[in-house]
Amino acid sequence: MSTMVDPGPEAPEAPPVEAKPPTRLGDLLFSKVSLVSGLIVILFLAGVGTFLLIQGLPALDASGEATYGEPDIWKFVGMLLYGTIYASLIAIVIVTPLAVGLALVISHYAPKALAKPVGYLVDLLAAVPSVVFGLWGLEVLAPKLLPAYKWLNEHFSWIPLFDGSVNSRSLLTASIVLALMALPIVTALLREIFAQTPRAHEEAALALGATRWEMIRLAVFPYARSGMVAAILLGLGRALGETMAVAMVLSATGTGYLTLSIISAENPNTIAAFIANNYANASGDKINTMIFAGLALFLLTFVVNFAGRWIATRGQNKG
Amino acid sequence: MTHTEIAAPQEMAIRAGQLPRAATLLTVVFAVAIGGVAGMLLGSGFAVMVLLAWLVFLVSLTAWSTAVEGRRKATDRLVNALVWSTFAVAMMPLLSLLYTVIVKGGPVLTPSFLQSDMTGFASLGQGGGIYHAIMGTIMVTAIAAIIAIPVGLFTAIYLVEYSAGSRLAKVITFLVDVMTGIPSIVAGLFALSLFIVLTGDPLPRLGLGGGVALSLLMIPTVVRSVEEMLKLVPDDLREASYALGVPKWRTIVKVVLPTAVAGIVTGITLAIARVAGETAPLLLICGTFPEANWNPFSGAVQTLPVYIYSSLNGTTDAKYGDIWTDRVWGAALVLIIIVMALNLIARIIGNIFAPKTGR
Repeated sequence: MSTMVDPGPEAPEAPPVEAKPPTRLGDLLFSKVSLVSGLIVILFLAGVGTFLLIQGLPALDASGEATYGEPDIWKFVGMLLYGTIYASLIAIVIVTPLAVGLALVISHYAPKALAKPVGYLVDLLAAVPSVVFGLWGLEVLAPKLLPAYKWLNEHFSWIPLFDGSVNSRSLLTASIVLALMALPIVTALLREIFAQTPRAHEEAALALGATRWEMIRLAVFPYARSGMVAAILLGLGRALGETMAVAMVLSATGTGYLTLSIISAENPNTIAAFIANNYANASGDKINTMIFAGLALFLLTFVVNFAGRWIATRGQNKG
Repeated sequence: MTHTEIAAPQEMAIRAGQLPRAATLLTVVFAVAIGGVAGMLLGSGFAVMVLLAWLVFLVSLTAWSTAVEGRRKATDRLVNALVWSTFAVAMMPLLSLLYTVIVKGGPVLTPSFLQSDMTGFASLGQGGGIYHAIMGTIMVTAIAAIIAIPVGLFTAIYLVEYSAGSRLAKVITFLVDVMTGIPSIVAGLFALSLFIVLTGDPLPRLGLGGGVALSLLMIPTVVRSVEEMLKLVPDDLREASYALGVPKWRTIVKVVLPTAVAGIVTGITLAIARVAGETAPLLLICGTFPEANWNPFSGAVQTLPVYIYSSLNGTTDAKYGDIWTDRVWGAALVLIIIVMALNLIARIIGNIFAPKTGR
């Protein structure tokens, strides 16, 4: 989609043969340098795959000590994948309504003069480093959430989500921080998409007497549907790979527990947080195990991001 | 609520009933009163009062509007309130975060904190500073920039100026998309495995590795933003230059790049800001070190984000004393200031020199 725009002047190719073109060393050099840069990008990514495979594959027959007490590498990665996906899904459940609302504020609800500052504030949220988010989540957010968790546990412990012994550094706390970190990117994508709704559709709806909400439901949302799905998937990809917030906020030991509870002390662990927290004491086989887990995370985020982009371009071609 | 009922049953005119202009304000006052009283009766905290007031506001506004204006208008008002609520919910953590970091980190920021390192200090207790960590962050980020800016810039030039629509360009565009989604910790693992193979050291720790990992995260951002900016340059300018017989490379250097320079600088500064706050890859490949290490080719390099993380992790779980946490908040404040300053610079450059075309 992005390469089609410039049908481009191919000037140096064009001159007729008889007028011998001057040898342009600069041109040759410049085009080769840019070509090589493009190839470096390819090489870089191929390198990521290759070196992760070289260092990760030896972990395939790891067991016992090297897989942190799990019987084999698949159980080890499986446990961590469960935690990674579970935490990110909760984060996405939190972030989706927030981001849709926030994007609507910027694209449709806020008056023109206010829309830009609101956009800046959301961008400011994106500028906060993840380690600071983690620090804040641990020191400020977690203690504040504890009373709510206690209340939920008291009244709704029959729902598996709110079962177990309450802890402030639970999966839900980590997911809330993850949601905050995914919020700016999802909002930014959504507001671009909402803003692309044809003005004529919106005005037609309003002219027929629709209220603002009916206009959004009937003109904006149908137009933006595939873009919304794509934006949420890309946000999910971001949440899956986020490391520091979870590593600092979540209290999980080893590969964690296979539990549904989101407010207890016994939590599943995520791949990225596991690596960050256990790397310092790792050596030998354990390094391979971690790199293998990283490879799994890479593949997972790749699939999610790819799905997001595929839906986005498919929607564009159709629309 | 009662006095407005008088206004509603007017004669059935062509206009449907409408809430008075101050309706929202009245409902807010009503909701706050109910929420406050109910909260006090229940003996609950401030957060519960706010939550109650919010619920009362939503319900009463909708109910009132349904009674006077009908269901459609009521839904519209409800959605309006909900949409603005999301804005409030999103801003609360941001404000709380900035407030906490400034209040807790401000007093820690003394000249000696910025000028001394951690030689001879344990990660627990008082004393020491972050000089070495600031220098490490600057060095590693600079290495990343030195690798990523030329590669990203020339890749974007290749994509826009040389290979529009070719198969290789499509492959590169796709791979740049893939790179955008690489989790930061995977970039760290890549640098780690690369330098395990290159140096033969089973646990390599070096600044160059951090630079490589960060450049992997930076390249896609640079390519994307430069590509966008180059596409904004009108083809007329290029064609005018060719018509004068200027070679293609001089057209790019003298015409295309200067036209797009503001956007390019903005994009690159934002990319630097993004990686300056990265923690995970540096944790794996740069490690921690109590003093400044200016040699990127060997030895651990302390960086600010890792300093925050490793000082926090120095004790078991959440049992930190205040004295010891203070230093962490100071470091967090400095890191936020650096990243925000880069963002601000980028915006200012973008605003001042923005090309008049496009959005």
